Amino acid sequence: MAFENLASRLADTFKKLRGRGKLSEKDINEGLREVRLALLEADVNFRVVKEFIANVRERCLEAEVLESLTPAQQAIKIVHQELISLLGGKTHPLEISGPPPVVIALFGLQGSGKTTTAGKLALQLKKSGRKVLLVSCDVYRPAAKKQLEVVAGMAGVSFFTLTDKVSPEVIAKRGVEKAVESAHNVVILDTAGRLQIDDEMMEEARKIKEATSPRERLLVVDAMTGQEACQVAEEFNRVVDITGVILTKLDSDARGGAALSIAKVTGKPIKFASMGEKLEDFQVFHPDRMASRILGMGDVLTLIEKAEAAFDQKKVAETEEKLRRKQFTLEDFMEQMEEVKKMGSFGDIMRMIPGFAKAKIDVDFDPKELARVEAIINSMTPAERQNPDIISGSRRRRIAKGSGTSVQEVNRLLKQFFQARKMLFQMSSPDKRLGRFRLF
Amino acid sequence: MSVFQKLKQGLSKTSSNIRNKIQDIFRPGVLSDEFLDELEAVLIQADVGVGATTDLIDSLREESRSRSFETVEDLYRTMAEKVADIFASVDAPLQVAGGGPTVYAMVGVNGSGKTTTIAKLAHRYTRQTKKVILAAADTFRAAADDQLAVWAKRTGADLIRHSHGSDPGAVAFDAAKAAIARKADLLLVDTAGRLHTKKNLMEELKKIIRVLSREIPGAPHEIILVIDGTTGQNGLVQAREFAQAVDITGLCITKLDGSSKGGIAVAIASELGIPVKLVGVGEQAEDLRDFDSRSFAYSLFGIDPA
Repeated sequence: MAFENLASRLADTFKKLRGRGKLSEKDINEGLREVRLALLEADVNFRVVKEFIANVRERCLEAEVLESLTPAQQAIKIVHQELISLLGGKTHPLEISGPPPVVIALFGLQGSGKTTTAGKLALQLKKSGRKVLLVSCDVYRPAAKKQLEVVAGMAGVSFFTLTDKVSPEVIAKRGVEKAVESAHNVVILDTAGRLQIDDEMMEEARKIKEATSPRERLLVVDAMTGQEACQVAEEFNRVVDITGVILTKLDSDARGGAALSIAKVTGKPIKFASMGEKLEDFQVFHPDRMASRILGMGDVLTLIEKAEAAFDQKKVAETEEKLRRKQFTLEDFMEQMEEVKKMGSFGDIMRMIPGFAKAKIDVDFDPKELARVEAIINSMTPAERQNPDIISGSRRRRIAKGSGTSVQEVNRLLKQFFQARKMLFQMSSPDKRLGRFRLF
Repeated sequence: MSVFQKLKQGLSKTSSNIRNKIQDIFRPGVLSDEFLDELEAVLIQADVGVGATTDLIDSLREESRSRSFETVEDLYRTMAEKVADIFASVDAPLQVAGGGPTVYAMVGVNGSGKTTTIAKLAHRYTRQTKKVILAAADTFRAAADDQLAVWAKRTGADLIRHSHGSDPGAVAFDAAKAAIARKADLLLVDTAGRLHTKKNLMEELKKIIRVLSREIPGAPHEIILVIDGTTGQNGLVQAREFAQAVDITGLCITKLDGSSKGGIAVAIASELGIPVKLVGVGEQAEDLRDFDSRSFAYSLFGIDPA
């Protein structure tokens, strides 16, 4: 069961319930069931979801949502805000001040992407003027050291390791000593992948930590990780007291609910997001973007905010009322376009709405064309503007002449208008599938 | 008591807490909503996913109309058998060529364990005194071919490799030619990790497979999608996308020696009909098993098949 997007499901749920007027606690619970499903589908840990929903429920029961004209949007806003705050609220930079060399250790399961991440991190630090030494402490996986050496070469930073006979904590320690000698100010320790239930290997991780006192102990986690993310993070946190998390493979289409699980059980921030095959594909982690991603909401939130910022609320209410009465004239159309212009291109906006990306509707207005559109509409009689269905061929020719445009342009505008009207009526009627958003 | 013993104790406590809770709320002959919620938790926490979990619980509800469950164990066994049935309905053994080299290709996202799985297969078949050739068609990841070279040396398999960054299709071509010329029993093709969202990389994969099937009739006999056992719901998307690009014949679920149960395989088998053929249970060369649907299914519920 593909979960297209939470925003529309929530809107649908609340819409069904709204017919009866004010939302009740029961209605909120129904809506929250959708949120729960979305989070589980996104791989947020079961226990974390439970607690999260309980918190959100409390906030939703405040009058704000119950009495809101747009409860779905309010609820999503609350869910989104809670997610953001759980994910650390803001971006968290690396703690690499202090006497050099500053040591950064990377830990994680096998295949989570530690070695590649080490290279990406090294490149970024190098770009910010640091002199970086990459140290491979992986004495297990065949050619792991070679891999890091190649990656170091690609990033243009130094590399250090010792033979496989030397224990990882000794390699780490010698790496730091080497950095002191050669005046490197950052040391990144790449460690072997280990299972959090492997006592011996976890003990080794603890020894690496004790031998080098890394300022940053970062857990590298695959964004596609499922329910186990909690236990993995809990254990690593307990043994090496992680200072943060790097989420990898975010260029996949995974929702990345693991991020939430980890943030919740460890209380540690997610610092970086790794998203691509190139060493440059590495960014500071943004909790707000991750929150939208977990919810499968695309940029709906940006959209809601943009809409809120741009639209005159009174006009919105008027338009909603008109739509409900199935009245939508060319004058309204023009007004809408003026409003939309404040938000950016209509096509861009529509594409932000999940599900509308593929909608077969011509919504691409060039904002620059608005002046011509205005001219066309101004060349119509009031009757024509109120009731565009009466505009016949001869009227079109007159309008084209009057506005200094062509009949084709008039036709195009009318076509756009009829499409928009049809869509808006669908959006505003409660029983239609398209009835997801009430933006205008 | 060491910190690790404590941890272990803590962990087993957590799982016995869940189990106790299930025991506590279970009433013989009754499937309460509360109980079903807990059962749902067990499945979802094993990454089975909401869809497959709901199907399984619905089917249990259905069955409870005609029979009653007297113990939790009884009920777990019923559930486990349902899961095993899903696998059994799509089950198929590893295919072997009638004549000429048998070809297996490993595909999957980055870090799922393709190279290690190849190494384990090489170990398995060289020990059966089969002639095995490894093709290092991962020309992208730094030192991926070196990793495979170490395994070739350890297992006594031949290795076909090109330089870093060269065309993986060309590696596949040379490897296929070599497999025929050297009368190999088995050709194992390692491919670069690729996210299913990258169209160009999926095209590259198609090409590798095309080359293999053109050079050796009937090849590849298996295209195994390697999935990390800790993968969540995205595993289903991976399987769907890879199967759309190439003809995936089965899965290898890796890293099952961890705490993950690999439950996403249930969703993949039931929704896409792709069988699991192999499971990886450790980092050593011998840590590869043929898939046993019953023991896998029972492990989801933390019980042993009788």
